[in-house]
Amino acid sequence: MEFPTALVLNAIVAGLLLGGFYAAVSVGISISFGMLDVVNIAHPAFIILGSYIAYIVNARLGFDPILVSVVLSPLFFALGMLVYRVYYVCFEKRGQESLRGLAFFFGILFITEVTLVLIFGVDYRLVETSYSSTTLRLGPVDFPLRLVVPFAVSLAMVIGVQLFLSRTFFGRAVLAVAQDQLALRLMAINPFRVKEFAFALSIATAGIAGAFLIVIQPVQPSIGREYIGLVFAVCVLGGLGSIWGTLLGAFILGLAESFTSTFFGPSWAPAVSFGILLGALAFRPTGLLGR
Amino acid sequence: MRNRTFAVIAFAIALVLIALTRVIANDYFFSAVYTVLQFIVLATAWNILGGYTGYVNFGSAAFFAVGAYTTVFLNKSLHLPLPVLIVAGTIVAGLLGLGVGYLTLRMRGVFFAISTLALAVVLFTFVVNWDYVGGARGAYIIQPREAPLGFSRYGHLLYATMVLMAAFAIVVARAIERSVIGRGLAAIRDDEVAAECAGVPTLRLKLFSATVSGALMGMAGTTLPLYLSYVEPTAAFNLSYAVNSIAMPLIGGMMSWLGPLIGAVLLGTVQQVVQVTISSEWNLFIVGVLLVAFVTLAPNGIMGWVEAWRRSRPHPR
Amino acid sequence: MTEPLLRVSGLSKRFGGFTALERVDLIVARGERLGLIGPNGSGKSTLVNCISGTLRNEEGSIRFAEHDLGGQPPHRRVRLGLARSFQIPKPFASMSVLDNLRIPLLYAARQHEKLASDRIAEEAMDVLRQVGLADKAHAMSRGLTQVDMRKLELARAVAAKPSLLISDEAMAGLSASEVDDMLALLLGLKERGVAVIMIEHVMRAVMKFSDRIAVLVAGRKIADGAPQSIVNNREVVTAYLGE
Repeated sequence: MEFPTALVLNAIVAGLLLGGFYAAVSVGISISFGMLDVVNIAHPAFIILGSYIAYIVNARLGFDPILVSVVLSPLFFALGMLVYRVYYVCFEKRGQESLRGLAFFFGILFITEVTLVLIFGVDYRLVETSYSSTTLRLGPVDFPLRLVVPFAVSLAMVIGVQLFLSRTFFGRAVLAVAQDQLALRLMAINPFRVKEFAFALSIATAGIAGAFLIVIQPVQPSIGREYIGLVFAVCVLGGLGSIWGTLLGAFILGLAESFTSTFFGPSWAPAVSFGILLGALAFRPTGLLGR
Repeated sequence: MRNRTFAVIAFAIALVLIALTRVIANDYFFSAVYTVLQFIVLATAWNILGGYTGYVNFGSAAFFAVGAYTTVFLNKSLHLPLPVLIVAGTIVAGLLGLGVGYLTLRMRGVFFAISTLALAVVLFTFVVNWDYVGGARGAYIIQPREAPLGFSRYGHLLYATMVLMAAFAIVVARAIERSVIGRGLAAIRDDEVAAECAGVPTLRLKLFSATVSGALMGMAGTTLPLYLSYVEPTAAFNLSYAVNSIAMPLIGGMMSWLGPLIGAVLLGTVQQVVQVTISSEWNLFIVGVLLVAFVTLAPNGIMGWVEAWRRSRPHPR
Repeated sequence: MTEPLLRVSGLSKRFGGFTALERVDLIVARGERLGLIGPNGSGKSTLVNCISGTLRNEEGSIRFAEHDLGGQPPHRRVRLGLARSFQIPKPFASMSVLDNLRIPLLYAARQHEKLASDRIAEEAMDVLRQVGLADKAHAMSRGLTQVDMRKLELARAVAAKPSLLISDEAMAGLSASEVDDMLALLLGLKERGVAVIMIEHVMRAVMKFSDRIAVLVAGRKIADGAPQSIVNNREVVTAYLGE
């Protein structure tokens, strides 16, 4: 039997391109859950919100969705600050984070999905960009631009976040707040402000990632729920709190999904990410590069 | 009140509700009450692991659907009578709870919660791809033409079954709550490490809680295929089951068996009204808003309000 | 020679690259009162956690009451008779003071003592009287004062009817008379034949209480002997007063 080289090469490329995108989608959770210990399972809701906003602007004004999302990211940042404040006042301060915090975010995820259904219905929406239908070809391998462009911008964003966290003063405050809040206070830095900023940053990345999503594939409101497993799988597999770990986990997941899709059919893809998550949690909960 | 007395009272009330089939002719009434009863079982079951033990399950739909699809599978292969179908579905769902619990309950509650979400999606994908039980197109089940036990139609028999299931779930929950196991679960909920260091076998109790909770949720799903004559994955795994089984105990109060009952009756009735007068999407929206509102503003639910009010009154001392 | 109640041999515990405990040996005889002291960060709490089972040690063994505790979860150790209190009190916040004590009575004490179910409340009241919380039996545990919470913490350990009780800094930050209260409580345990490991910084209490004192510095045991010899030990003094 002939080895399906072309098929395998294409699966690898698609997996890697997808992996970059998955990293962008998950970097927010790496911050909010990995570093701040906030279980924001509503993270995908903000991604989908980003997708729909990009869709509206694209449909009405024709602007490129990724550009729009970057321009609008301050809005998501502000939204993130608001959500964190509510979370902090109602749960973190009272020490009730675990059960009630989870229920809170689940409620937000749910409300967002239902609101989007009420406004937009359950039909799939997509965007038209200048590169949507272009595909580069290198030998037997396809490089669809609708995957390549988000991939490139995703990597830029993730690496940008990592540089910010490791090189700037405020970024390092974020890394510190995960480890020792008291020490921060002694340095006259308010841990609340740092956490608020970090959480807002995570939501801002979600909003931008939403634009990537709708460039890659059509969206409808319930897609958010499928991404919960993916996002947590990436972060747990890679190791909570490590951005490089998130990147690694994202590539692994992208490849796994791509191969499953190619050889077993696309309807099995959601099960892959959740399966990997369950496996990682059961066998190696600290992840590959975790602290 | 002793468990036995309570059980007798519960089943007496159940019999009264069942007797209504002779008196009321409006079919919609039974349909609405069936749905509310189903939620009573789901909410009560969820609360055993959620409110009593402190572990949030986002995948109620998975257990519910497992009950439903066990019925579909067994009905198609073996044509078994109703009680057997119910018991089988309950057992399978209970085993699922045990299995998932065994894999994930050793970790923090957060990871358990996420795993339950994962479970729902994995099972959904599995069912969608399994043609024997209908896959994405769904499966038809033909209701028997005649209803045994003197019911005028088969739908009434299913309604009666659901009444009994609700009574059963409540009796079981109350019995657990007041038992030594219930105290152990409360200790786990309050502080798991302290409980473990006070001699509570936390893993064993958590597994017990997850198994019972899953089993009861599955039990609620076993009659769905017969009730609707048709089951398909999107309906069986519907998100509204997950949200409602969290919202109802939260709104009613998570500390006792009464909370989920109150929450299910109130919220269930509201939903029936909204669904008929406005739409089912607005229905879900309202449930979501109520969930967030209660969890941020009134985390102890309606029973919490009652408790606070009672404690603020001066007692004779 | 009879085997000691607790024998810790060569216990080591590492957190990533950091060695918290290095080949620690410790022996406690039945009914003995051992004081465990050391500067902050020396590993005392880590040692307690390893003995009680909330942490897993990498090397070494722990034998208690003729059982090898290796790999046993905390609840099994408690049922064998090894109880501990927590430095920062961890009450069961949704329960009353009395109900807090039901848990160890039902789940630990009942394993090695015949306790009829109707006697549980009485037993709990007994323990509450020992610690001076009898009048607060029906108060909610989350509304207690700091001192009372410490007492409840100890009461919960006592209610497990242990043969060895580890008290982890129960007296930190208390006033002199409160310290005396706690001390009386712990001293009273000897009458019941309970061995105690007392971890404390309040030297007055440690000196008064202990038959023997062990000193932990930077994860290693540097001294172990009669209180007077410890106080005169040069290494110990240096460790506490610094170089």
